[in-house]
Amino acid sequence: MEHYIVLVISCIFVNNILLAQFLGNCPFLGTSKKIETAVGMAMAVIFVLVMAGGITWLVNTYILIPFKLEYLQTIAFILVIASLVQFVEMFLKKSIPGLYAGLGIFLPLITTNCAVFGVCIINIKEEYSFLEALVSSFSYAAGFGLALILFAGVRERIILARVPKPLQDTSIGLITAGILALAFMGFKGMV
Amino acid sequence: MAKTLAQEFTKGLWKEIPPFRLVLGLCPVLGVTTTVENGVGMGLATTFVLVCANLLVSMLRNVIPPKVRIACFIVVIATFVTLVELVMQAYAYPLFLKLGLFIPLIVVNCIVLGRAEAFAYKNGITSSLADGLGIGIGFTMSLAALGAVREVLGTGCFTIPFGAKLTLLTADWYTPFTFMVQAPGAFIGLGLMLCLMNLVPSK
Repeated sequence: MEHYIVLVISCIFVNNILLAQFLGNCPFLGTSKKIETAVGMAMAVIFVLVMAGGITWLVNTYILIPFKLEYLQTIAFILVIASLVQFVEMFLKKSIPGLYAGLGIFLPLITTNCAVFGVCIINIKEEYSFLEALVSSFSYAAGFGLALILFAGVRERIILARVPKPLQDTSIGLITAGILALAFMGFKGMV
Repeated sequence: MAKTLAQEFTKGLWKEIPPFRLVLGLCPVLGVTTTVENGVGMGLATTFVLVCANLLVSMLRNVIPPKVRIACFIVVIATFVTLVELVMQAYAYPLFLKLGLFIPLIVVNCIVLGRAEAFAYKNGITSSLADGLGIGIGFTMSLAALGAVREVLGTGCFTIPFGAKLTLLTADWYTPFTFMVQAPGAFIGLGLMLCLMNLVPSK
């Protein structure tokens, strides 16, 4: 049990996927202008990442390794993620329209979210067991959501401030993200 | 053709230079630019994938049905990424270890997919080649520039790609701020460079 708690803390705070590992930065800057969109994106990422993490682990362990096809990992994983996203989108549209309306526009974006693909590869690289892979996928996604929502909150305030013209928009966004990353560095000694 | 080949090539070097003008593909930009060498290595790998994917997509553009085009692009890109991965493992192992996760991540680099979708799917082979090469070289230059800023400020040294390591700022008067080679330095360095780019008026 203790092992899993350490894993969760290290994935959410210490190795935060956005601010320490630099994965998933495009949606980080793209969907962080409003808290509502940030929450939608965070939910969609948690939902897809847990499923993708589990399925790619199974694909790797029961298909790629027995047939000695590890060199196809990149192609296999991206196809699994792309089709999973499509499938989830269709399933939600049919059966849970309420959730679909909330997550809808963010789902297609997730295919090219490197956080999802990156975490799947990290799970394999670290040789996690199935349960560990699920826990780490969830925690990385939660860390993504945490950083995204915090950042969106800061950005909503920045709109009200008078920012010099050349620094506006993405530029000040990146600098703010840097300061947020500095805050997250404080967690470094924890695990 | 409205634009000449030279124009297709040079637009990637300044007018649409990624990641400054096109804010795409930020992850490798932030992740690997702790030294100039890593930046250049990553840039060259991305350029190779970009050029090959552009070439193949524009060759196959009449065969790929529009409905499944994104899936087809991803398969094409993933193939070339696997190729780069295996070649680097064989011939440039130390660099491969340093870039690590970011090599397979070229698959989900929005620049590559974006160029396939926005350009190669609609244009001929030669102009797609010029476009891929231009954007790729522009991307490599940006990575090298950010890598140089971070390496010089963060360690006081400058590594010529695949060559000697020079000490530019010596320790007796300059205290390197290691902050620059860590995570926050990447964000702040890129943000300030973007600000400088914005100061130059665009035509």
